[in-house]
Amino acid sequence: MNEPYTTHECDVLVVGAGGAGMRAAVAAAEAGCSTLVVSKSLLGKAHTVMAEGGVSAALGNLDGEDDWETHFADTMLGGQLVNNWRMVDLYARDVIDRVYELERWGGIFDRTDDGRIMQRPFGAHSWKRLCYVGDRTGLELIRTCQDKLVHTPGVDVHMEYTLTRLLKDGDRVCGAIGYRRNDGRFVAIKAGAVVLATGGWGRMFRHTSNSWEGTGDGAALAYNAGADLLDMEFMQFHPTGMMWPPGVRGLLVTEAVRGEGGILKNSDGRRFMLDYDAKKMELSSRDVVARSIYKEVKAGRGSPHGGAFLDIASVHDAVYIKSKLPSMYEQFHALAAVDITQEPMEVGPTIHYTMGGVRVEAETAATTVPGLYAAGEVAGGLHGANRLGGNSLGDILVFGRCAGIAAAEFAKSNGVRRNVSETEIAEEQRSMLAYLDDDGVKPVENPYLVHVDLQKAMQDDAGIGRSEESLTRALNAIGELRLRAARARVGGGRVLNPGWHTCRDLENMFVISEAIVRSALSRRESRGSQWRFDFENKDETLGQVNFAVRRDGEGMKVVGVPLELMPPEAVKRLAKSRFYDAATMPSYYRDAAPATSEAGA
Amino acid sequence: MTEMENPTATSTSDDLDPAQGLTGETLTLHVFKGEPGETGTEQAYEVPGVTGMVVLDAIHYIQRNLDTDLACRWNCKAAKCGSCSAEINGKPALLCKTRVDELPAGPITVRPLKAFPLVKDLVTDVSRNFEVNKEIPPFTPAKDDGKPWRVAQRDISRLREHRMCIECFLCQDVCHVLRDHDHSKRFYGPRFMVRVASLEMHPKDTLDRIDLTRKAGGMGYCNITKCCTEVCPEHIHITDNAIIPLKERYADRHWDPLRWVGRKLKGDGSKQAEGSK
Repeated sequence: MNEPYTTHECDVLVVGAGGAGMRAAVAAAEAGCSTLVVSKSLLGKAHTVMAEGGVSAALGNLDGEDDWETHFADTMLGGQLVNNWRMVDLYARDVIDRVYELERWGGIFDRTDDGRIMQRPFGAHSWKRLCYVGDRTGLELIRTCQDKLVHTPGVDVHMEYTLTRLLKDGDRVCGAIGYRRNDGRFVAIKAGAVVLATGGWGRMFRHTSNSWEGTGDGAALAYNAGADLLDMEFMQFHPTGMMWPPGVRGLLVTEAVRGEGGILKNSDGRRFMLDYDAKKMELSSRDVVARSIYKEVKAGRGSPHGGAFLDIASVHDAVYIKSKLPSMYEQFHALAAVDITQEPMEVGPTIHYTMGGVRVEAETAATTVPGLYAAGEVAGGLHGANRLGGNSLGDILVFGRCAGIAAAEFAKSNGVRRNVSETEIAEEQRSMLAYLDDDGVKPVENPYLVHVDLQKAMQDDAGIGRSEESLTRALNAIGELRLRAARARVGGGRVLNPGWHTCRDLENMFVISEAIVRSALSRRESRGSQWRFDFENKDETLGQVNFAVRRDGEGMKVVGVPLELMPPEAVKRLAKSRFYDAATMPSYYRDAAPATSEAGA
Repeated sequence: MTEMENPTATSTSDDLDPAQGLTGETLTLHVFKGEPGETGTEQAYEVPGVTGMVVLDAIHYIQRNLDTDLACRWNCKAAKCGSCSAEINGKPALLCKTRVDELPAGPITVRPLKAFPLVKDLVTDVSRNFEVNKEIPPFTPAKDDGKPWRVAQRDISRLREHRMCIECFLCQDVCHVLRDHDHSKRFYGPRFMVRVASLEMHPKDTLDRIDLTRKAGGMGYCNITKCCTEVCPEHIHITDNAIIPLKERYADRHWDPLRWVGRKLKGDGSKQAEGSK
């Protein structure tokens, strides 16, 4: 017997209302589709808002040498050549138009003296490439997309919905079911196509710059519907999260601080990046900087709370700092009682971004399940083993749009399926409501405390550095925690009950955690953000493989997917990066790879 | 690159000693709990103090350890998304930005925003704000050759203040027109005065929203008490830099005697009277 539920119908359902979701929805609606956007939070609160530094696009406004090909090269090299090169190609070309489009939607950017869009340097980008407005570019992007969205005919938005299962008709996705957070009532949405734009997942780690929303719902939905998840081992530790006080540990300190000249020092006052990457220094790629801080701390040269010192005060005057980094000034002033114009910040690695995600086709953002699309952080492939700063705000615009267009096309040619399975809906309702049952199960678990233990297991054993031993420990812990979570029961009713929501979120976090650990176990090498203590070097064979996890009955299997290698003309392009080094090219690219960087450096 | 030798530890625990940061004090919070149609109560909770703790940390402690059902909106926990708005000791504020060591000694009272209908506990229904935003005509540039724009930094610098708004709606909550007189259907509220100002001052925008803001937006209801400016966590000078300039534009257009004469001579044409853009 089903609980009552509300039914919505649309051509395209977009799950998530960050930049990718909103850009997808605008594209779908403009293609003539009735489009429904659901978001877990209020509109405009999604994680996009946290992006600070800017959006990378080779406009060449400050450095005329820059072009899309160099952007392509930097992104591939930063991703350690395991990116989906076709996504990178499409990205580097298209993001230029997307930035100008954003401006025409009303978004603002800081300007050069002659009135063009200002650009700042960022880690591992050859040239000044990040278009920005102060250190609030994400806020600007989300507000601009939000205003565009609500004024686009054909778009309907439902805020504070959580979707828990995709519905399928045969092979094809035909909608989703979930609940309204504010009253606990169930909903079913019939759709011609579904775009997942749910962002990343950091909440299974203890120190993260992610909000509560980052529980991996979209990837778990896709996985449960049979889609592949790719590159799940690649989790980005942002090198600079706040360290102190305890309540803000992990909170993001924008890379723009280093982009503006900020220097990292250890407790001896040494600028230690000299010892790790004397060429790029503080603006080395994020994986390298994060590991460097970690090693300094382990060597006993850390700051009082286990990080490093980031100093902008001795580089610029207070007026400059407050104008270029207003939010950082405010954040440290309000939350840590530190004046960054006078004293250094204490920073350390924090889980920040997920390079991996739902496996998609480059041009259409189509997943391996018909009717299901994924864009933005929830999708994998663009960033390879490490993402460059500024490439995520561009990602959501470029691939949000691709997904919206392709989903609209699919919906129009295939129509909306009217029948959804009542059995599936009933099953989902039963499993949700079980957490509220007083059914005598013992011992009852508090879902929050299970979550805390999951975070500990993942942080300690599947974190910045990993080994077979630690990962196996994490896998065992996940298994035990799953059993405990099955006994999670909470009091209260269905109206906005965060304990109840946490019970369901945990199910997703287990799927994602297991996918991360199993993929990390499979990649027996160190590459980009994947740092294996027991396999410290890169392995050429593994450089030609992406690992995908796939649902196999009730179990999870990992499959090696052969990487589509770059054609020679794309390999040649790599030499346009200032950071190109022919000696590091793998043998399978060596024939096509130029002997030296074209950019000098 | 020359990375230094790797540590060989198999466990990478980077955790602080859990005792680190505990202040030894115990805080008392009185948190509103209730749903519409009930009276609601202020529930007392005791929470161990931690260095630098914000009120949201205390609410999270309560949720984890004392009351899993306590409802509260939050997202970024970094004062950048504007989700965790509430009233702390009677004052509208962000839970994530209010440090407990900056509050007076004694119990801390946390209640939901008063100007909005209650959903549950600390969560209110702020959907009216999203409806208002829909009513305001969006950014509309002129048709042009499609080439990249040239815009002066000074124009961007002026807009940046308005664009800092994180839509926490604390200004809407504190505004007496909305809070005490319940004129939410007649007055857009401070947040949307900022919104209109950001559009009106954009050098590439071509629309005119001044009369709309006076009529449908109820700009005249604002009597410049500046309460909104005081609570803004982004320190936007809402009254001085958004509401007053809009009021001035309206006054210039309709109440300037010289312009009135000009209009009479040329025949009425409100567009001609504009000139403020």
